[in-house]
Amino acid sequence: MRPKVINLERNSIAGLIALCLTLLLSTGDAVADVVTPEVPMGRGAQCVEPIEIMRRDHFEFIKHQRDQTVYHGIRGSKHSLAGCIDCHASKGTEGEFLPINAEGQFCQTCHTYAAVKIDCFTCHATVPD
Amino acid sequence: MSCKPMKKDESVPLAQHRRTFFTQAAAGVSLMALAPGVRLVELAMANSEDSLPSNDKRWGLLVDTAKCESGCDECVSACNSEHGLSGHGRPETDAQWIRKVDLKDEQTGHELSIPILCQHCEDPPCVDVCPTGASFRRADGIVLVDKHICIGCRYCMMACPFQARSFIHEDLTGQKTHSPRGKGIVESCTLCVHRIDEDQEPACVEACREAGHDALVFGDLEDAAGPLASLSRKTATRELRPDLKLNTGVRYTSF
Ligand code: SF4
Ligand code: SF4
Repeated sequence: MRPKVINLERNSIAGLIALCLTLLLSTGDAVADVVTPEVPMGRGAQCVEPIEIMRRDHFEFIKHQRDQTVYHGIRGSKHSLAGCIDCHASKGTEGEFLPINAEGQFCQTCHTYAAVKIDCFTCHATVPD
Repeated sequence: MSCKPMKKDESVPLAQHRRTFFTQAAAGVSLMALAPGVRLVELAMANSEDSLPSNDKRWGLLVDTAKCESGCDECVSACNSEHGLSGHGRPETDAQWIRKVDLKDEQTGHELSIPILCQHCEDPPCVDVCPTGASFRRADGIVLVDKHICIGCRYCMMACPFQARSFIHEDLTGQKTHSPRGKGIVESCTLCVHRIDEDQEPACVEACREAGHDALVFGDLEDAAGPLASLSRKTATRELRPDLKLNTGVRYTSF
């Protein structure tokens, strides 16, 4: 029999990677030999969406929100990047905010683990106002 | 010579422009039934899904050159600190969203000092030439750059007759949350859109008033009863380079 040709499109590959990452991160304990990143979680009991959904789709939310803000002036809604930073920025020993894209901080830790270069902070503020 | 604010079609009065004509006319009828100063629809505190920027409004600015003082740069400093603009001591390439320009009529010796900023053109050449659609005009007349899709080609800088745009050459840090800016991107006066969306006036207008000059009047050109439209109706105003027929949102008076 001829082997089945599996034709994965780019999107489904990206989806698959995201899914694997989600599984790895959410079942870190179960998969004993996989080291998952230690992410500083930030303040507040609950993110704006369930964690599994945020891990997989946060960039879609942020991208949608960016157009809402740039073209329609809708600011401060729950998927705004500024909101992510408000909650997830940690403070240093002097009580000063640490840039969210610095090594060991919320955004950077996970993106380093996933080998994804984030471009947001070329332009966007990295600490709360 | 154009001595009062006119739209592209010079036969159409200010508040009765294109698609807004019918909505304005309808709003006019209902407004008459209300007490002065009371509006059917109040300005929202911030934009939301239900109150998006629309072409019922056109934000603009009127500069009273008689009140603008030579040597004063309060508007420039206010803009710089509002948006976190800082230079490298290289005026040729440092970001500059608003600048003071001194003019002299060689015939008479009459001198003027005026701020020049993005004129928020109704027909903006910067938008015409942009290959990616990054340079755009918001529904309420504010001309902006969608920095997410700007490729830094700088066509818009060449097209702008007022040299209102700047290109960022170096990596930046310490940006303001409300004013994202970065290397490789073109930027210009946003009319403090982040403040307008929260029902506040631009930083330069506030600073000019606080400095006691009050040379800048901000408002909605389509709101006939508002400060900007009523002043523009009473006073002779003009746009810079009227020959280009850009119908700018920023206008000048007393010269
Ligand atoms: S003044 Fe220049 S940057 Fe501003 S809208 Fe007109 S052409 Fe564009
Ligand atoms: S520099 Fe950016 S905004 Fe200007 S024309 Fe090029 S892509 Fe458009």
